[in-house]
Amino acid sequence: MSIIEAQCLTYTYPGASKQSLKDVSLTIEKGEFAILTGPSGCGKTTLCRCFNGLIPHFYAGELRGSLKVADQSVKEHTIGEMAKRVGLVFQNPENQLFALSVEKDVAFGLENLGMPREQMQERVDWALKMTGIEDLRERAPHELSGGQQQRVAIASVLAMQPNIIVFDEPTSFLDPLGAQRIFEVISDLNRKLGITVILVEHRLDLAAKYAGHVIIMDEGRIVLDGEPREIFNSEQAWLLGVGIPKAVRLWRLLDESGVALKGVPISSDEAIQRLKEVLWR
Amino acid sequence: MIEVNDIYFTYPTGVEALKGISLTIKDGEFVAIMGQNGAGKTTLVKNFNGLLRPSKGKVLVDGVSTKDVSVAKLARTVGFVFQNPDHQLFSETVEEEIAFALRNFGFDGATVEKRVTWALNLLDLADYRKTSPFMLSGGERKRVALASVLAWDPKVVILDEPTIGQDHRQKENLRQFIVQLNEQGKTVVIVTHDVEFVAECSPRVVLMREGRIIADGEAKRILTDTTLALEASIVPPQIAQIFHGLTFLGLPSDVIDVSEAKKILVEYFRGSQR
Repeated sequence: MSIIEAQCLTYTYPGASKQSLKDVSLTIEKGEFAILTGPSGCGKTTLCRCFNGLIPHFYAGELRGSLKVADQSVKEHTIGEMAKRVGLVFQNPENQLFALSVEKDVAFGLENLGMPREQMQERVDWALKMTGIEDLRERAPHELSGGQQQRVAIASVLAMQPNIIVFDEPTSFLDPLGAQRIFEVISDLNRKLGITVILVEHRLDLAAKYAGHVIIMDEGRIVLDGEPREIFNSEQAWLLGVGIPKAVRLWRLLDESGVALKGVPISSDEAIQRLKEVLWR
Repeated sequence: MIEVNDIYFTYPTGVEALKGISLTIKDGEFVAIMGQNGAGKTTLVKNFNGLLRPSKGKVLVDGVSTKDVSVAKLARTVGFVFQNPDHQLFSETVEEEIAFALRNFGFDGATVEKRVTWALNLLDLADYRKTSPFMLSGGERKRVALASVLAWDPKVVILDEPTIGQDHRQKENLRQFIVQLNEQGKTVVIVTHDVEFVAECSPRVVLMREGRIIADGEAKRILTDTTLALEASIVPPQIAQIFHGLTFLGLPSDVIDVSEAKKILVEYFRGSQR
């Protein structure tokens, strides 16, 4: 069952001379973990802004084509209505956090919905638990590390119990271990809660193994859309210069030298497995 | 070129960010400073150009203590490119941005003009000469920030997190550019989390944790040491992870480069076929 259905989306920011989205059609299934990637300025963030109605309701400009997200037509629903279904987590958590305690930050969206106090407390507890930050409850967000702050930002979005969460390069400012832990939290939300994840990301070495669907954009268009192994192995992805995982690069170099592995590995664990099959005798 | 002698640094808030750092960076070296968020990497490099001065200990740049010269004078030798270009850019046009520091250093009009044109061409920004830096994309603004520093030709260039927000192709361009700068004799220091980027550049790596240096050496050795990696919150590059999983075959464990990895695996494969 699809949860996002875009047909022929075309969009130009007010005052811009160039279209930022050109004839974008895309289907994302309920419960998928999709990675959206492509060169800077290719339209990834613009497309994500459509998913929760920021485009066209906040950024204005004309959005042509049709877009249905979680059974609602984006053009006909307000940002407030879309926000209950689609959560957004940004690159820099500092831009998203503002309350004096982690708990208050996570509760903020719920307060705005006018949720009864008891239910709110339950939701906050649950969101803190799911993101592994129960012990940070009383802390001030600005005193936390970047990785902890990003978890608070995720918890705030999760508390709203959206069907879909869009993560826009959520780990750019984090050290590699912090980044890996955030990807694991995201993967948990996807596997355990069935939340549909759309991850905008350049660093595919760390993220590829979690995804079942990869979408590559270039100059406002979707140029590749499919299963990760297939996409990373396609000539077009290599020509575009997206960050093909090193495991895939190694696989291809080996293949060209006559060492054939069974299938394209997209993570180091898979590469080790495939190499063992060929080398260990 | 830079000599750091047992320095300590405490911020006015009381946070002790550096706890006894000693480090020598030679003329023409290429060094990556790595480690977890909050390890003190940026604090350390800000001590290299006098933006910060050690609470205890000494930093010598080209033989002179940073306590004895002004930041303005040090900047002539040590150029600093900030993580966020918006902390650095303020002029109305790209051209003005690059010319600003040159005028401050007292270059004459003709030299300023020559250097601006040179820097614009170097970073592929000639088309944006008259554009406002704030009209440009994040990646382009980073290039403007870099151009404005390179224009005055400092002996040492420090880049704080140069790969953040850059897509794969921009990173590849940046890598080639940094390697080229270094080959032309510049001392280059980068502060970064990006293990794959470091694996591709292969500089000397200085690893920090909680205000101290915990390792210093070849990228190949540091990035493949799983104990060190864990201590410094880094994840070994993907190629290192793969070789770590294959050590039982008797393969080396210190491999970070894809081409080298291929060579070793192909040789092993051919050997096993015989």
